[in-house]
Amino acid sequence: MTTATAPPEQTTPARSARGLVDLVFRARELSLVIALAALVGVTASVNGNFLSGQGIEDILLNTATLALLAVGQSMVVITRNLDLSVGSVVGLVAFVTGDQLASGWGILPAVLLGVAIGAACGLINGLLVSFCRVPALVVTLGTLYVIQGIDHYIAHGRQINAVNLPPGLLSLGNGSVLGVPYLPLITLVIMVAIGYYLRSYPSGREFYAIGSSPEAARLAGVPVRRRILLAYLVSGCLAGLAGVLWLARFGTVIADSAHGWELLVVSAVVVGGVAITGGVGSVYGAALGALLLTTIGSALVVLRVNPFWQQAITGALLLLAISVDRVLALRLARLLRNRSRHG
Amino acid sequence: MSGAPTLALANVSKSFGAVRALRDVSLELFAGEAHALAGENGAGKSTLVKTLAGVHRPDTGQVLLNGEPVVFTGPADAQQAGVAVIYQEPTLFPDLSVAENIFMGRQPRRTLGRIDRKEMHGQARRLFERLGVALDPEQPSRGLSIADQQLVEIAKALSREARVLVMDEPTAALSGNEVARLFSVVEALREHGCAILFISHRLDEIFSLCQRVTTLRDGAWIASEPVAGLTHDDLVRRMVGRELGTLYPKEAAELGEVALQVDRLTREGVFTDVSFQVRRGEIVALAGLVGAGRSEVARAVFGVDRWDAGSVSVAGRPLPAGSPTAAMGAGLALVPEDRRQQGLVMELSIERNIGLTGLGSLRRGVTISRTAERDRAKDWAVRLQLKFARLSDGVGVLSGGNQQKVVLAKWLATKPSVLIVDEPTRGIDVGTKAEVHRLLSELAGQGIAVLMISSDLPEVLGMADRVLVMHEGRLTAELSRADATEESVMNAATGRAA
Repeated sequence: MTTATAPPEQTTPARSARGLVDLVFRARELSLVIALAALVGVTASVNGNFLSGQGIEDILLNTATLALLAVGQSMVVITRNLDLSVGSVVGLVAFVTGDQLASGWGILPAVLLGVAIGAACGLINGLLVSFCRVPALVVTLGTLYVIQGIDHYIAHGRQINAVNLPPGLLSLGNGSVLGVPYLPLITLVIMVAIGYYLRSYPSGREFYAIGSSPEAARLAGVPVRRRILLAYLVSGCLAGLAGVLWLARFGTVIADSAHGWELLVVSAVVVGGVAITGGVGSVYGAALGALLLTTIGSALVVLRVNPFWQQAITGALLLLAISVDRVLALRLARLLRNRSRHG
Repeated sequence: MSGAPTLALANVSKSFGAVRALRDVSLELFAGEAHALAGENGAGKSTLVKTLAGVHRPDTGQVLLNGEPVVFTGPADAQQAGVAVIYQEPTLFPDLSVAENIFMGRQPRRTLGRIDRKEMHGQARRLFERLGVALDPEQPSRGLSIADQQLVEIAKALSREARVLVMDEPTAALSGNEVARLFSVVEALREHGCAILFISHRLDEIFSLCQRVTTLRDGAWIASEPVAGLTHDDLVRRMVGRELGTLYPKEAAELGEVALQVDRLTREGVFTDVSFQVRRGEIVALAGLVGAGRSEVARAVFGVDRWDAGSVSVAGRPLPAGSPTAAMGAGLALVPEDRRQQGLVMELSIERNIGLTGLGSLRRGVTISRTAERDRAKDWAVRLQLKFARLSDGVGVLSGGNQQKVVLAKWLATKPSVLIVDEPTRGIDVGTKAEVHRLLSELAGQGIAVLMISSDLPEVLGMADRVLVMHEGRLTAELSRADATEESVMNAATGRAA
């Protein structure tokens, strides 16, 4: 139980406590940047080609899809939910839009179709989670398999070939403006827009409120179910867009593009500092997490490490991120408690 | 106090399943008055608060705002109408800043509908100045003391220009200075024309803060009257108000040696310096209000929670802290407060539930013998007069009283020497209640030491050889059967010297 604190004495500890909290959260994004710098530095010193224009471009291109998915995923995770279906959505959209483009569709209609498919998947997830109150893990695990099944049914063993796709699409996937490839630019714009919305708009803050305490959000009159539905819609739409971008980047796709990516996306989000228990984190952190995971993958190739190690390292990083979060949160809680007691 | 009340309930009833939480209750809150809501645990106070807050909708009766009937379809409606509720446990967003907590959904905006953070922090700062407290609006609300969290809730109410402020036991977790600070804030709000509904178990606070008081008992309205003419005893009588029947058949039993000895047991921030002993054949009641720390003491004694200082010994042998296995081995049994969550596995059958505590003794080789399990269940079902269709039925289909018997059977099957029962008859009909009481009395007669936590005063007075009373984590009284009366127990439980 806390002892009484006289008001005037409270100012100092309260302010320094805030500084402390700020530091911890800024430290998270900072430590990601440091880890990234160290990784790039070490790898480049071993193999100079790593930092060549082509090397950087490859990393950025590879990051673009993952980061886009991570941005959508972090919106869902911030509300204390999870979307495991994104990998399947990418696969389905890449194939279906590829099919249409090969049969003569324009690029814009194809993008709209992809986003619409993603939105439909997100809507189903969101309705089941928010209105039917089925646990997110179960719902999205179910839709993961259902969507994958539909994808395989449509594909029926076929393959979409780059030669049949409009050249405009392929140049979207591999072209650049002023040396910066299009794909990361698209991701960047969307990330900034969503990050700004979540930070600067009242309804954006409600996502954090829901994840921080669903019960308090309900009592505060926050439209909890509508917001959760929106989070899934956004995640679905971005997965749809990512599907089209995937097609643009690789050109040749079979039914199971992005197979198993859902876990990579969740890892990126968690490594990026979005608490799996909701309420904390930013889309910027999540995108940084995606960049870090992708860079590790590329660095291991350059360093000629057996690619099997990549998964182990991703896993270790995930465990590290989660344990550090947990330890920091406990430390922080104790510190704040002691301060308010002795303040 | 003229004109229509700011907020009123007219003949409101509310049931949850078979439980009638509110029966035909009326309440009028006028601008500029602090109105107390008094009643024992389970009298319906919380349901009434949630009805005002728009969380529950009355089954019958009306909510009136300035004399006009309104329907709150959710908490947002009630807030819109100017009703602010501060719950016993503040409901803040721990990860968000204090200012964001205050203004969630109503943040000051700048161009393009964006949040104006500077303005928001400024407004929060001005609210805190008005309240005379120094809280930093940019600090996260995680780590704030309960008192500060309540001030954030009050600031939230102020920022909404709430006309009705409902406070559900706001002082339960506060120290003296914090209570004084809260009261000065509430007093200022009242003078400003706010209507205050104040719930507290500390009767002194009702007398010092409020002008009128409404008393509830068992979900029914008893009285609404000015505080001025009342004495402390009058109020207690209205809250308790029952005649003691002869329902409680505790027979005098030969007291044996000390079976459970608890010495200066302390768990930081929960309970402090709790010492008592229970002898074989004795029923000792642990009385007090909800939140006084009674169940927490029981949990610590049984090893579910750790303790920070002190000791527990059973039959003279000390128990290690935090080990239910060791406690069971020493002959301790705990029938927990919430039988659905803690006492039973609702999905499992009656026989499986009864068998859970003694899986070791039911073993034949490496597997559990279904026959032994069934025999044990049959045996206990007969001894406790359990009413059931088949032992393989899920416990979920049983009535509350019969579920409680299953929990008892489960623990009695371990042949305990010390039985701790937490609210053994809560939510049980009168007939089964008497059976449970008879059973406890029999067990004591067989030489088991019984520690009974109960909020049911007649039960405490009828059953116990001795009554221990807790108030805010401390033992405040130990009364013999002869000295224990409703008034003496209530006085000790509300922290007023007997």
